[in-house]
Amino acid sequence: MTDMATPQGKDTARAKPLTRLTGKLPGSLYRGGEGMWSWLLHRITAVAVFLFLLLHIADTATIRISPEAYNAVMGTYKNPVMGIGEATLVAAVVLHALNGIRLILVDSWTKGPKYQKVMLYVVIGLFAVIMAGFLPVHLRHVFGGH
Amino acid sequence: MTTVERSLPRLLQTPPSPSSKRAPRGRRGRSNGELYGWIFMRASGALLVVLIFGHLFINLMTGDGIHGVDFAFVGGKWADPFWQWWDLVMLWLAIAHGTNGMRTVINDYTSRAGTRLAFKGALYLLAFIIVALGTLVIFTFDPCPPGVAADLLPAICTA
Ligand code: HEM
Ligand code: HEM
Repeated sequence: MTDMATPQGKDTARAKPLTRLTGKLPGSLYRGGEGMWSWLLHRITAVAVFLFLLLHIADTATIRISPEAYNAVMGTYKNPVMGIGEATLVAAVVLHALNGIRLILVDSWTKGPKYQKVMLYVVIGLFAVIMAGFLPVHLRHVFGGH
Repeated sequence: MTTVERSLPRLLQTPPSPSSKRAPRGRRGRSNGELYGWIFMRASGALLVVLIFGHLFINLMTGDGIHGVDFAFVGGKWADPFWQWWDLVMLWLAIAHGTNGMRTVINDYTSRAGTRLAFKGALYLLAFIIVALGTLVIFTFDPCPPGVAADLLPAICTA
């Protein structure tokens, strides 16, 4: 395995005896559990949004070809399959952004590390609220009328 | 710096000190670059929340949402310098933040120096092209091109 391909990295071996002694390392982010999952989700959403952004600048650039060309490209964004894709993209952006704010607070707010787990639940809660507000409106645009 | 090193303050549950961001002694000629990168990821992230959430809200939640997005819609927005600058800052920050982040990801998954260099070279080239293209598009855009049917154009063209 490469250098740091997993969040546990190469110090898992060293951490093991300690874990056996204490049962569970205090604040053991990145050793499995929710810390590792939030790290993985942050990374997956980051790469997905980055790839979309490259494509998105290219599709927006067709606006310099002609109004008809741009409208044709945007037309492909308006079918139900793409509609689901847009909802997934928004979910990825919102999750990455909220967890990003959490990471900023963990690192820069003195009480951040203490509340990092609480903040993860806040992230999940806010994510649910935002998506509950967004999805009905977006899905109505995608599937309703027209 | 690797992911684990960057997250050490979190692992140890202590707030980071700038010195903890410095590359450990003995690492070949590393500087404070990683510290500035680390700060940049946080500063740009905070700004991007406002820019991107605003972008998504206006384009997906108002009016007809995705069905309302066409040349006339964009023409109406980009006729206003406010939205031109909004999009320009969003473009530059998102690409800089994303590229710096992808650099970390590449560092984590490549072990051979040659592979790493090739991926990063491709990344930087792509980032440069996309920023140049996006910037050019925003500022060379004509909301009322001549010889186009009026129903494709934003309302400002006929007013
Ligand atoms: C499905 C979701 C999205 C839709 C429908 C959408 C739509 C649009 C439209 C219509 C424009 C043209 C100008 C404007 O309206 O301001 C645009 C430009 C832009 N969008 Fe989005 N967008 C979406 C998601 C995103 C996301 C997630 C990002 C950031 C990661 C983003 C970044 C940008 C940027 C940087 C520009 C400027 C492009 C340029 O400089 O040529 N968009 N988008
Ligand atoms: C919307 C607001 C955003 C916030 C608050 C945010 C926040 C952050 C933070 C704090 C990090 C650093 C994580 C760490 O050092 O462990 C990060 C990493 C990253 N972000 Fe963002 N980000 C945002 C938007 C974006 C966008 C639009 C993109 C893509 C263009 C992106 C791509 C990345 C990448 C590729 C990484 C590296 C991931 C990794 O190392 O696992 N982010 N983000």
